[in-house]
Formats: sequence, C-alpha cells, structure tokens
Amino acid sequence: MTQLALVIDLNVCVGCHACVTSCKEWNTSGTAGPMGDMNPFAKDPTGTFFNRVQTFEVGEFPNTDTVHFPKSCLHCEDPPCVPVCPTGASYKREEDGIVLVDSEKCIGCNYCSWACPYGARELDEQQKVMKKCTLCVDRIYDESLPKSERKPACVNACPTDARLFGDVSDPNSEVSLAIRENGGYQLMPEWGTQPANHYLPRRKTRITIHEDELIRADNPLRKERKLPMPDAGDPTLDETTSW
Amino acid sequence: MHPAFSVIFLTTLIGAGQGLYLALYTVQLYSVFKVLPAQDPTHFYALGGLIVLVFLALGLFSSFFHLGRPERAWRSAARWRTSWLSREVIALPAFLGAVTVWGAIQFSGWNPLLFTFGDGVEVDLSLLVGAVATLLCFTLFLFTGMIYACIKMLQEWATPLTVVNYTLLGLSSGWILATAFASWRSPGLVQFYAGWSIFVTVVAFATRSASLVRNSRIKHKSTLQTAIGIRHAHIEQKAQGSMTGSFNTREYFHGATPRNFKYVKWVFLLLAFPAPLLLLSIGLATNATVLLLAAFLVQYLGLLAERWFFFAQANHPQNLYYQTV
Repeated sequence: MTQLALVIDLNVCVGCHACVTSCKEWNTSGTAGPMGDMNPFAKDPTGTFFNRVQTFEVGEFPNTDTVHFPKSCLHCEDPPCVPVCPTGASYKREEDGIVLVDSEKCIGCNYCSWACPYGARELDEQQKVMKKCTLCVDRIYDESLPKSERKPACVNACPTDARLFGDVSDPNSEVSLAIRENGGYQLMPEWGTQPANHYLPRRKTRITIHEDELIRADNPLRKERKLPMPDAGDPTLDETTSW
Repeated sequence: MHPAFSVIFLTTLIGAGQGLYLALYTVQLYSVFKVLPAQDPTHFYALGGLIVLVFLALGLFSSFFHLGRPERAWRSAARWRTSWLSREVIALPAFLGAVTVWGAIQFSGWNPLLFTFGDGVEVDLSLLVGAVATLLCFTLFLFTGMIYACIKMLQEWATPLTVVNYTLLGLSSGWILATAFASWRSPGLVQFYAGWSIFVTVVAFATRSASLVRNSRIKHKSTLQTAIGIRHAHIEQKAQGSMTGSFNTREYFHGATPRNFKYVKWVFLLLAFPAPLLLLSIGLATNATVLLLAAFLVQYLGLLAERWFFFAQANHPQNLYYQTV
C-alpha cells in the first residue's frame, strides 16, 4: 500500500505563501478545472484555493512565537468526506491514497465539506463543484517532467524546504523518517480520520546542564586557572594512577 | 453552519407532507378496524393525498436550489450503500411514488379486496399500498435525520435526538394540517386529529427542548490546540489565509449576531409549540377552519425558524481555523 502525503515543517515555514501561489498557478489549469476567482480586482475578492497559509501567534508578549501554518487537504487514511458523497464523485485512490473529487460527477451539494473537520474543501463559485488539493496528481506521475520536479507544485516552490513529499506508509521514506525523528503529528486526532499529512513542530535545540557540571567538584578551592605545565621529568598521570 | 434556505424548505415541507400522509393513513387503518367511520375515498383520501404530493413536490423542488449542479442531481442516488444523503434521494421519490399510487387507487375507485381476516377485517389494495407508503414515510424521516446525525464532527447534530426531532416535528406539522383539512372535508375527524396533534406537539416540544439542553452543555472535542497541534493556552490568530473571506468563512458560519441568534431560538420555541396549540384550542372551541389553518401556518413559520436555528447552532470544528469571522 502506498499513501502519498505532505509533511510540513512548522519549524522552518516562513509564511511566504509561495506554496499558495504556485499551487494556484499549477492547478488552475489542472485536471480539476480552473480555480475560480470572484471579483479579483474589485471589492471583496474571493476565490478557490487548495492550500492556504494562516498565521498564529503563540504565547503572550514578549514570549511569543509566530507560527505560519499551511493547510490543505490532509488526504486522510479514513476520509470522512468520501462515504458521505451521494454520487461517488469524492473518492480515495487505492493505488496511492490520494483523495480526489471527480469534477464531472460532483453535484455541488456541499455535504462532503460538512463532513471534513479541517475545512479542506472549497466549493468553486464559478464551476459550482467541490475543489480540493489533488496532491498535484497530474504532475507527480508526469514522465515528461524531470524526476526532481515530479512533486506537488507547493513542494517545488517552498524556498525553505518546509514541505516534504513522499510515501508515509513506507517506514524508510524521507517523510516517515522526518515524522519519526522530528515529532511529526496529525491534526485533530480526536476524529480518527488518520490524516496522511503530518506536521513537524517548532523545535529548539537545548542541552541540559546541571550545576555540578558548571562548578568542578574536584576543585575545592574554587581556583580556576590554568594548571602549570609539569616538568618534563615528572611522572605522567598514567604512571602514578591505577585507573 | 450557514443555514441554507433550500434545505430549510425541503425538510419542513416534506415533514409536513409526511405527517399529513400518516394522519390520512391512520384514519384509513382505524376505519378498517371500525374504530373510526370510513371516509370518502375521493374527497378525503385522494384530495388529502394530493395535498401531500404538493408538499413533497415543493420540498423536492426546493432541494434542487441547494445543488451547485442541479442537472446532475440524478447521480446522487449512486452511493446509497454509504451515504445517508443518497438514501434520502432514493427514499423521497419512492415515498412520493407510493403516495401517488395510493392516491390514484383512492381516486379511481379501482380498489380490489385482497383478503379478509379475523372478524371481517377487509384488506384492500389501497390499504396495502398505504402500508408500503407508511414504511417509506418513516424511512424517509430516518434518512433525513441521519443525514445530519451521522456527521460526528458536528456534535450538535450527532445525536439520536436529531432523528427524533425531525420525525416528531414533521408529525406535529402534518397532523395540525390534517386537523385543518378534516374540518374542511370531514368535520367528524377534527376531534381525533386535534387530540393527537396536541399530543405530538407536546412530545415534540419535550424532545426539541431536550436537544437544546443537550447542546447548551456540549463540550467540543476539538480545540485550537488540537487543530494546529500546538500546546499553549494562549494562541491568537493573525492571518486566515485570505483577505476578504473564502468558502470556509461563508459556509460554516451563520453570520447572525448573538442577539439575533438567541432571538430566533425564542421565536421558534414560541411559534412552533405554544402558538399553534393555542390557535388549535380556540379553533376547536369556535369550530373555525380558518384558525386551524392558521395554527398550521404559524407553526410552519416556527418550524422555518427552528430549522434555521438547527443549522446555525451546529459549530463546525473547521471554524477553529477561522477565529475572527
């Protein structure tokens, strides 16, 4: 079984929205049809996006942490949006676990968007069908692209490599390693949806130093200085001590 | 959630239609057992069936406005194995069809006797078709309620009370309508219908109040901390990923002020329960069809408010990602 997914590293995301714009650029001419924009140059512009970056401030001044939080469809292993679809337009691919919407079958009833706890689906105001992240299914298998570019557009665009793409069911993949070794976690685990996408938390490198490591226990006079060089004829430490 | 008027009209209209049908069939069943006098097939059952069909058809028509692509609506019967919505899409036309056949039998007079049992209890074709329609009617109540009750993320809906309320409110609405209908076509049944209308309305008031109490004490499973996975009591959203709103800020928020939201609750509690009961009582005492009809209409307005509140009250966990809507 393969389960393709994104791993998003909140430790390095700088909130530049390059993933958002590259996603829209690629997918607006993608298999799911154009991503409609309403009033793009007028008051109250609004449009369809597969991926959005939000920003949260954690903590209280002065101890705050600004966390940029990109969110797209998490391609759940148990997607609640799929069984509720009355037409079968919403489906999860057996071969790679990508959750997709068949834009030819979707009737635009919004029911799947109610069942998704993450708000990952958006109804396109122009096409009137449900849209969501396709994990660039029309790109990742395209053999006319160089191998390094057969990744979702957002992953290619990320300037800080905050987005990893791969198979989370393979324990030795880059994404599985990242999840395992860097504390990767899922969003809203309480719903049992088992999102395939994972997030890596903010990480700070700290070492723990105990007090007795700072003040030498074997120096009772507290005189910190360079010890004089022993004479060349003196016995060495190895010769006087039995270890 | 954002209450969609298409769905509000759909659920309230078919609820009234279903309730009215059950009221008509109950009298037919009772008359077979000679508890109530037999009614005229054309002027009572067929005409009543026609009113049921009008309500169901209006509801069905209204439901199309909820779809982005109504021309593809036929596809929605495909996933009945997993989707309650798909099941409803099948059950509604099935019930509509069964009521049509039942009404047609009553109207045409072609109603062969199938068999008799016991002490001369005669089972004719319309009784059998009506039984099938009754089964489909309750199935439809169940499916309609389950569309909402099955979404565990919407904790305000994910309770058996949702199905119970859809059923009882539909029954209440339909039986009050049946009372008004009876006072026009068959005054002898007014007492019978009014009695059961009052009973069902009181029970519906109890169960709807129970769901209000339940929802006022609800503890939401998701928090901003589980939504973004950061363990800190103080998290403030600074950007929502769009300048002027998106599908996420429109579909999942009712948009009413807290004051108006509360106001709608009191409006529906007043109009859907005590107001129709009062009008029903006065109508009974004065024998005025117009007041009985008014009881139905006033309650229908109350049910529109009730359904609006039902949708608006549901708090979707995705709203955690949109803290400042």
